[in-house]
Amino acid sequence: MNVALSIARKDLQIEWRTRMLLARVVPFALLVMVLFAVALDSEPLVLRAAAGLVWLAMLFSTMLVVQRAFDIETADAAIDTLLACAVHPARVFFGKALALFVQLFALVVVLVTAAIVLYGVTVSGSRVVLLVTVVISATSGLALVGTLYGAVVANMNGRDSLLPLLALPVLAPLLIGASRATEAAFGSQTIDMANGWAWVGLLGVYGIVFGAAGSAAFSPLTESDS
Amino acid sequence: MSIYTATAAVPGAAARTGTRTTRVIGVLALVTTAFVVVSAFFLTPADSVQGDSVRIMYAHVPTAWVAYLAFITTAVASGFSLARRHRTLGFDRVAGASGEVGVLFMAMTLLTGSLWGRLTWGTFWQWDPRLTTTLFLFITYVGYLAVRRIDTDPRQRARRSAVIALLAVLEIPLVHFSVVLWRSLHQEASVLSPDGDVRLDDLMLFTLFAGVAAFTLIFAWLVIHRQRLTALADIRQTVGLDAAIALRRSETSGVVK
Amino acid sequence: MKDLGFILASWLATLGSIGVLAALTIRRARELSRQVPDDAKPWV
Repeated sequence: MNVALSIARKDLQIEWRTRMLLARVVPFALLVMVLFAVALDSEPLVLRAAAGLVWLAMLFSTMLVVQRAFDIETADAAIDTLLACAVHPARVFFGKALALFVQLFALVVVLVTAAIVLYGVTVSGSRVVLLVTVVISATSGLALVGTLYGAVVANMNGRDSLLPLLALPVLAPLLIGASRATEAAFGSQTIDMANGWAWVGLLGVYGIVFGAAGSAAFSPLTESDS
Repeated sequence: MSIYTATAAVPGAAARTGTRTTRVIGVLALVTTAFVVVSAFFLTPADSVQGDSVRIMYAHVPTAWVAYLAFITTAVASGFSLARRHRTLGFDRVAGASGEVGVLFMAMTLLTGSLWGRLTWGTFWQWDPRLTTTLFLFITYVGYLAVRRIDTDPRQRARRSAVIALLAVLEIPLVHFSVVLWRSLHQEASVLSPDGDVRLDDLMLFTLFAGVAAFTLIFAWLVIHRQRLTALADIRQTVGLDAAIALRRSETSGVVK
Repeated sequence: MKDLGFILASWLATLGSIGVLAALTIRRARELSRQVPDDAKPWV
């Protein structure tokens, strides 16, 4: 697993040097949140939709971050070099997913803060525990699916439009689960805490399925004939 | 498309993509489809609950069945294409042909379903788990076909689309269990559909099964032909390339002389 | 028959789209078959 950790560290170092997340993705995600509020133009409506909007903004931003994470691999055929060093593809998968998780986690913290500040959402007491659990499990799912589908379209023509077309339908169950559970954590009237925890269970199963799928699929995905 | 691709007719190329087997399948498909249409419109009675709108079901249920069959076929062929490396492209062609036909049938499932829903529920669409997950399933395979159209190394494309197909097929159980999972309204509504508690008379049931048989035959016919079609395109590319190389060779030897 | 329009539309769309796909398939097969010699066709 050391290999996975060093791959993650490599990705995060590149990110830190270029500051793409800070310079482009965070502003983009915040802009999306503001635009949602402008489109809905009603405070009670925005408050009710807050959880779903946070995760929708996360989904869109994930597409950007994933694209970036694989462009750095395919440029100069870096990933081939990596795999030529007899690194097991599953480790590359988990390494890249871990780096993606760290970046997305930073992003979701910003977005939840934005929901509190901009949308007037309140979180307190035991709801904080639920919120943190949801954020971690949903972000893991996003990172795993993002890494898997990022590898599917890596190096392909038109990958920037293919990635959302392929990944977003697959992320739909995650969007539903994360939104409902976050709604419970935000203290919605329509969904209680127990129900919120049940959705977290779904997110857990989802993450395990895609973790397994990704580690199995990464070998045929990264293989090259040349 | 390669610049070496031949476009002119070549001698000794009389056979098309049909064979005796596909002709038998084709004739059987036409006959059964004709029976289903006649039975759906004229022989079967109107349903006691749904009225005449049940006649849509004889098209809706078979298209849904074939769409699932097609997606499962795509997944199985994709699995083989990954496992049998020396025959990757052959299995990949079957997977692709089946995926195309599946997307068409799923589109028809959604269309006929929404027309039926308009008559029975009063709305074209309901945001209910089964419908929503079916829609996502459809979009997933539209994406699968989009990846297949990308002009890149065929073996790499085959591997990547195989992975997508194997992941996409996981959504089929999700469609099925979504109803249980989300405990929604569709369960009650499906009482109205032929797989529910409504007692269907024998002819209605027979027509439904005949519809499934007819559309499965159509599926088989289409997949066999379309798979051969892509095989032809691939072969033409190689044949064209061989011809171009031969031409260059003769040119060079001409210069030497 | 009640709602004949909806029922006809369903059937026409279904059979029509299948028919169009089949027709396109046959046409393309005719075109491509001429360009590939029979001994290169595995099914012949």
